[in-house]
Amino acid sequence: MSSTLRTPLYARHVELGAKMMEFAGFSMPVHYSSIKIEHAAVRECAGVFDVSHMGQISIQGPQSVPFLESLLTCHISTLEPGQVRYGLMCNEDGGCVDDVTVYRRAEHDFFLCVNAANLQSGLGWILEHRPQGCTVHDESSSTGLVALQGPHSARILDQLIATNDSVKPSALKRFRFSTWSWEQTSLCVSRTGYTGSDGFEIYIDSSATPNFFDALMETGAPLGLVPAGLGARDTLRIEAALPLYGHELDSETSPLDAGLEKFIKRKDGGFLGHEAMERRATDPARPHLIGFELIDRGVARAGYPIYSEEKVIGHVTSGTPSPTLGKSIGLGFVPHDQAKEGLVFSIDVRGRKIAAQRTKIPFVVKPK
Amino acid sequence: MADYNLPSEHRYSSDDEWASLTTEGQYLIGISDYAQQQLGDIVFVELPTPGDVVTAGRPLGVIESVKAVSDIVSPLSGEIISINEDLADNPERINEDCYSSGWLICIEPSEPAEFNELMNADEYLTHIEERED
Repeated sequence: MSSTLRTPLYARHVELGAKMMEFAGFSMPVHYSSIKIEHAAVRECAGVFDVSHMGQISIQGPQSVPFLESLLTCHISTLEPGQVRYGLMCNEDGGCVDDVTVYRRAEHDFFLCVNAANLQSGLGWILEHRPQGCTVHDESSSTGLVALQGPHSARILDQLIATNDSVKPSALKRFRFSTWSWEQTSLCVSRTGYTGSDGFEIYIDSSATPNFFDALMETGAPLGLVPAGLGARDTLRIEAALPLYGHELDSETSPLDAGLEKFIKRKDGGFLGHEAMERRATDPARPHLIGFELIDRGVARAGYPIYSEEKVIGHVTSGTPSPTLGKSIGLGFVPHDQAKEGLVFSIDVRGRKIAAQRTKIPFVVKPK
Repeated sequence: MADYNLPSEHRYSSDDEWASLTTEGQYLIGISDYAQQQLGDIVFVELPTPGDVVTAGRPLGVIESVKAVSDIVSPLSGEIISINEDLADNPERINEDCYSSGWLICIEPSEPAEFNELMNADEYLTHIEERED
């Protein structure tokens, strides 16, 4: 029935021989060579991901600050032009409508980068709550987005787009963004990512995205840059214990349960879902997201039950063999009052109980 | 379309396993190059033990890659003589060479005629192409 959507880089993926899959309605690359190779490239050199499927929603006008303050869990008034912040958009029950990054372009000019799968529901949510004095635009289909991630990213991007009279992208601090001009096209370059390695996310007009991708590959390939797919994106973000909507977050999960307290203005409140979230946070048996590694061999995948002594106490939300650590790792929810440090439990892997132990997250820490 | 290495001396099942006759009249079984490419990096293999009986068309074990879990469906019926012990520590052998160091099990066939019902390399390639269309 439904026709699969394509990003501006679809033809490049096919030319590069990527294995494609459907994700959030888009035909996206899982891997080009192999997940392990692409994962290692991002940790050691650099990888470039097509994330043009993600949505961009601009929110402008004199009421945009109070509106966004009421919509998101993070502080907005203290956000400076050129600064990005991660935040959650919550429903009245304290569950998550989406997790987003919010960019302040100017005093009254913001945009949100949202999950592809949540674009329609998030847009609907925003429009439903929009006050007068705010304009909302869905800029997703005209915007391409590539993520350049890995320790060599800054050097590659400097080589490609820095000019003598401009600041270099490598001078951008984390969670800051700025614009550069490249081949008469404006690039919005943000020092952010979803891999747990240094890197940039580059927003560009969709019509110029293929040429920019080609130029990036040409500049970066001698420095070890490879195209990387959604497979490596997932193994990288799990190592960094970054939540993925639909796994660690959903409309019924409080971001506090998912360990995202530092992105929530709990003291000030004033955002949708705050009261419910605080009420739920007093339940001693509330879900608590933990990281674990498997003691026995195997892979714990999303949905597998977590057992403590013959009783189901929770479930796995994400799991993967960790290419960096050479261990099998995962994230999952267990009751808060049972989430002891060093907790040993078992996971039902298709009828076979395998042992696991709670470990600190993130599993892999970014080098300073 | 991607290229697949499909040795002509092997026979293939519609579930993407291969079988080949050894000089001792037993059969080696593994997964095809197409299957290993589809799975990607293989990280774990669950195999039965020697002495177990396998049946054509029935799962004999499980193979896991970074992103996928898949049943290994036996192309033939018989008793397991040996399994590839090396795969416990080095499952990536299947990606590296699914036809030699990445073999899975060796069986003594109970229905040797089943081998001739499997596809030859040309038929199997057609089967893959039809599925990809």
